[in-house]
Amino acid sequence: MEKKHLSIPFDTAEARELHIGDYVYLTGIIYSARDAAHQRMQEALDRGEELPFPVKGSVIYYMGPTPARPGRPIGSAGPTTASRMDKYTPQLLDLGMAAMVGKGRRSPAVLEAVVRNNAVYFAAVGGAGAVLSHAIRSAEVIAYPDLGPEAIHRLEVVDFPVIVVADAHGGDLYTSAVEQYRKKD
Amino acid sequence: MREVDVSQITAAIRDMCIESTHTLSPDMEAAFTKTVEEEGSPLGKLVMDQLQENLRLARAEQIPICQDTGMAVIFLRLGQEVHLTGGNLAAAVDEGVRQGYNQGYLRKSVVGDPIERVNTGDNTPAVLHCEIVPGDQVEITVAPKGFGSENMSRIYMLKPADGLEGVKNAILSAVAEAGPNACPPMVVGVGIGGTFEKCALMAKHALTRDLREKSPIPYVRELEQEMLEKINGLGIGPGGLGGTTTAMAVNIETYPTHIAGLPVAVNICCHVNRHARRVL
Repeated sequence: MEKKHLSIPFDTAEARELHIGDYVYLTGIIYSARDAAHQRMQEALDRGEELPFPVKGSVIYYMGPTPARPGRPIGSAGPTTASRMDKYTPQLLDLGMAAMVGKGRRSPAVLEAVVRNNAVYFAAVGGAGAVLSHAIRSAEVIAYPDLGPEAIHRLEVVDFPVIVVADAHGGDLYTSAVEQYRKKD
Repeated sequence: MREVDVSQITAAIRDMCIESTHTLSPDMEAAFTKTVEEEGSPLGKLVMDQLQENLRLARAEQIPICQDTGMAVIFLRLGQEVHLTGGNLAAAVDEGVRQGYNQGYLRKSVVGDPIERVNTGDNTPAVLHCEIVPGDQVEITVAPKGFGSENMSRIYMLKPADGLEGVKNAILSAVAEAGPNACPPMVVGVGIGGTFEKCALMAKHALTRDLREKSPIPYVRELEQEMLEKINGLGIGPGGLGGTTTAMAVNIETYPTHIAGLPVAVNICCHVNRHARRVL
């Protein structure tokens, strides 16, 4: 498997160089958003308002952290199940979102939107919240503070480890890798 | 009659909420070590290495193993010779959860109403299962349950004619459907028999059984082993990225049932299968 380093923001040409199974270290700014924040962003878009962060070229991390202990930027910070955001994702991709970080399968509509926009869907390892928190250098709530752990955080990450699970070429690692290791009767 | 002040229950639950979310039990750690050694996929091995490093960091730096520190499920076995004093039991249990989730810097993931969805702010209420048993002790098991895997759990009201094959198919299809969403390698808790709610409760309780123990019933023991092998043959692997370890254990509980039914519940837990137990 190939290990790569990728700086955010990246352009669509760089996104097209990513392939399922690549192990990628992300460095730059990403934004946390999960169920409730997506619903609010959708409502904002429906009203014709701007999103709390520039969506073009953005990377969204499906994550709601534990509270930070004193002296730390953030608590445990692993990915949540991405499919709960499927309803909102195609529109965000069409608006220019570059990538998502989460875990688990996506709907056909999301996978098509990834291809259509030369985007990428990364998985972080689910349940590795302590390790992943070490790659987050700073965290700041920038929207919806009343949502607590579901607020949108601006996160500065350095060498944040992810795996490409859906790429701009139509690859879907959750389908192909499982097929490779499935024991045939 | 032995008197137990409910404040002791509060303190034990507070401590176990914190302990279980930072340190896995020895049986779970042993299962991890075995998986790291046996996993056949290079990417799967990488995932397992990251998860082992995660356990080390969580313990050393007191960062929760997973950010989903769960809804607090509590099994309380209350000896019938015990007289509880000092207040209301359910309130004491919730107070333990409140203190544990606040003092332990754990995520508050509970909303007060399933439709209105306003966060209660302290992770209460707990889900409390009480059982009255002989004796003068109070056994408390705290099992904070994350919802990535809870959402992938299933219940099947099979027909008696479906038999053991039907049970096997139910378990396999639940796990296959859960796939990467449930954060494999999973622990699979199964309840067979009873009624609709009884089999779900058995499936949940089965997750708290020490992974190194096997069922005392010979056919169930064989079924646990066969299901573990079949599940690992699905190819889902660590993180769902393909591999030879999809589950670390299958724990099954059974109970008598009705002549007309064969309920099967499959409660899936991620690799962060948290359970702490204390006896007062």
